[in-house]
Amino acid sequence: MKKSGILMVIGSVLLLGLFIYPLWNIQLEAPQYPDPLGMNIYISGIQGEEEFDIQNIDGINHYIGMKKIPTPAEMWEFNTFPLVIGGMAALGVLLGILGFFKVIGPNWFLGWLILMTILGILGMVDFNNWLTDYGTDLDPKAIMKLTDSEGNPLSYKPPLLGSQKILNFTAHSYPRAGAYLMFAGMLLTLVAWWVGKKATKGRS
Amino acid sequence: MKNIFRIAVLGVLGLIIQSCGNGGSSDEKSGALTSNAADRVYVAPGEHDEYYAFLSGGYSGNLTVYGLPSGRMLKEIPVFSQFPTNGYGYSEETVPMLNTSFGFVPWGDSHHPDISQTNGELDGRWIFINENNTPRIARISLETFETEEIIEIPHSAGNHSSSFITENTEYVVAGTRFSVPYPQEDMAIDQMKGNFKGPLTFIAIGDDGKMSIDFQLKMPGFNYDLSHPGRGDSHGWFFFTTYNTEEAHTMQEVNASQNDKDFIAAVNWKKIQEYVQNGGGEEIDAEYAHNYFDHSTQSATTTMESKVLTVDPREVEGAVYFMPTPKSPHGCDVDPTGEYIVGNGKLSTDLTVHSFSKMLKAIENEDFEGDAYGIPILNFDSTLAGTVKEGGLGPLHTEFDGKGNAYTTFFISSEVVKWKLGTWEVLDRQPSYYSVGHLMIPGGNSREPYGKYMISMNKITKDRYLPTGPELEHSAQLYDISGEKMELLLDFPTHGEPHYAAGIPADKIKSKSQKIYRLDENEHEYAATSESETKMVRDGNEVHVYMTTVRSHFSPDNLEGIKVGDKVFFHVTNLEQDFDVPHGFAMIGANTSELLIMPGQTKTITWEPKKEGVWPFYCTDFCSALHQEMQGYVRVSGQNSNVPLKWTLDDEEIN
Ligand SMILES: [Cu+2]
Repeated sequence: MKKSGILMVIGSVLLLGLFIYPLWNIQLEAPQYPDPLGMNIYISGIQGEEEFDIQNIDGINHYIGMKKIPTPAEMWEFNTFPLVIGGMAALGVLLGILGFFKVIGPNWFLGWLILMTILGILGMVDFNNWLTDYGTDLDPKAIMKLTDSEGNPLSYKPPLLGSQKILNFTAHSYPRAGAYLMFAGMLLTLVAWWVGKKATKGRS
Repeated sequence: MKNIFRIAVLGVLGLIIQSCGNGGSSDEKSGALTSNAADRVYVAPGEHDEYYAFLSGGYSGNLTVYGLPSGRMLKEIPVFSQFPTNGYGYSEETVPMLNTSFGFVPWGDSHHPDISQTNGELDGRWIFINENNTPRIARISLETFETEEIIEIPHSAGNHSSSFITENTEYVVAGTRFSVPYPQEDMAIDQMKGNFKGPLTFIAIGDDGKMSIDFQLKMPGFNYDLSHPGRGDSHGWFFFTTYNTEEAHTMQEVNASQNDKDFIAAVNWKKIQEYVQNGGGEEIDAEYAHNYFDHSTQSATTTMESKVLTVDPREVEGAVYFMPTPKSPHGCDVDPTGEYIVGNGKLSTDLTVHSFSKMLKAIENEDFEGDAYGIPILNFDSTLAGTVKEGGLGPLHTEFDGKGNAYTTFFISSEVVKWKLGTWEVLDRQPSYYSVGHLMIPGGNSREPYGKYMISMNKITKDRYLPTGPELEHSAQLYDISGEKMELLLDFPTHGEPHYAAGIPADKIKSKSQKIYRLDENEHEYAATSESETKMVRDGNEVHVYMTTVRSHFSPDNLEGIKVGDKVFFHVTNLEQDFDVPHGFAMIGANTSELLIMPGQTKTITWEPKKEGVWPFYCTDFCSALHQEMQGYVRVSGQNSNVPLKWTLDDEEIN
């Protein structure tokens, strides 16, 4: 159980990368923007890749009536996510230590991973909802009101994952270092469970 | 009688041109053109050139920026002339840049750009350029590519042997081509000889680039034509060519061409610097403008200076000597090692090269052949390093490739000649189209030339391009000089009349080129850094409008309460912080110009409405898809009306 406990601690600590690195990144590329405009999405807020990118994205988006990119104060998620991630990391470390001293068994690790996965999925659903709202809840006085071939208003929702053409822009939406560290951490906790499982089996 | 003489001279020149020309090639228009020239100058769409070239605009008063090898013009930088394209010299912020002791001068004649140096190598911080007509020197930032400072040169006329820079940018010099009374006074013109002076001005450059006149050397009244600093061992010296040592005051064409030799003046500026630091020299009255553009307030101010320190060269032991140099030399060029000083005797077929080490020896041995106004004249033979024989006709200017070769332009025989330093043998000659003035090799007047390309700047264009009526743009030619023979690659038209150019590898400056002005650093007195700060303020009959632009509207865009007879100041701040999103501002009937405002900048233009009505203004820069909608109205009421000031956007008052 020693090795397994250590892996659990490392895996949980990797979540803390989200406090340093962005979770996600959306880049907007256009003929006029050979250097794409970009936003890095952190668990605590959205920042421009370059200093004035957010201002410039807002400036362009106002033509099609999109809302401004929210500040941390305008979205409860940016207050809640750090608490959830911090809490889950702390809990994982605690479980790892308890496992290391054989106070608990490896199934606790699996339990943590399932909880983390559920929370992660909820987070993604929430993120996708925001993207949908951001891309479709448009100012009725928008300068350009564009419709699809059936006459429905165009959606400017960037993709959750992947690249997509939106008018003259191509939006690229991909995870960044924070997310990769989280995935790696979660994978490690799975390994921790598996190693712990084997170790306890071997002894019995 | 005079006319007959001139015709005879022309006839003789014609004969020489025939015999000096590079036989035969003149009937093939492409001359030395090589077969794959197109490939070698082709810079694919979206790719960048390898070098920046800064060409003076001559009578445009400006500086143009080109890319090499493509010859594409990248920008025109306004320096000494009003530039309605962006409001330079019209906007309240930049009008002071063109102030002089003669008042506001809207035009200038820019000649010789030179890039700042460290240890004799181009460092790409600033580029300096002189104005010949109303003597001035300007400094242009190579981060913003804007003119930051202009200093007037008092007591000078024909500021031509300028603006050359010492190897650590200690000094920029400004010479005098048209000698004048010093200081100016009313006197009979035919009393010139001995009474006129040709002051050489040494402008100290601070670490921040700021210019200040350190001293002015009161030289005899010859015509100081061009100059270059020493480098390496000769660092500390400056060399100036002279013509009209005859001191003729009329018909100089003939009367200034009588002496077989004129001089190159060798000035030991380090000695003079020491002399003035120890309290030497005499402070005399002078009136000159010093204009400085402050980037934080984005406004220029003029300071009128009233004193200058003058130094009599005879008072400083060993500071100034004359080296006799044949036939009214034009260019005065120092090779990268600092040993050779080339005098381009423009009425001769030969080039005279002096040796710096021989000059020092001659000074030590007091090997003089006389003096001119008390300044020792060194024996011609004792400073002579060699002569380039039969190079061509009418040598004007020489630059270097850093591989032991020199390249000289010959105006009359219309060619560029490559020759070897030390052996003085002519290695190659290529025609120029036509009558080349100066040439430029990037870094070619520094310790470290980049000897890959050379451009010639030609004075006569004639048939090189599609005809455009009697008045033509000038022409430049690009040569590849990396091989043994020069190869002509490209012709490209230039703007104004380039007299000289400076080139630098693009990598040395392009990453420093600024993209925007930061709004949070905008300390302009009348800036509105957000729409909520926009307003109108009346002060007597002056109305200040604090206005902003952002894609795609002005704030405010409806203005009322202005009356006939008011003077309206539109202070327009561009709120954008995105690269290459300027906005313009134009007001119907304004007797000024438009404004072109870069992101984060504030610029001001005045408008004096003369008629009642509702008058539109609009954005002149196609800034966005809604550019056509970027417009507004000013209501102008009668002089005695009491319509209150009112400024709105979307029918809402702003506060
Ligand atoms: Cu505009």
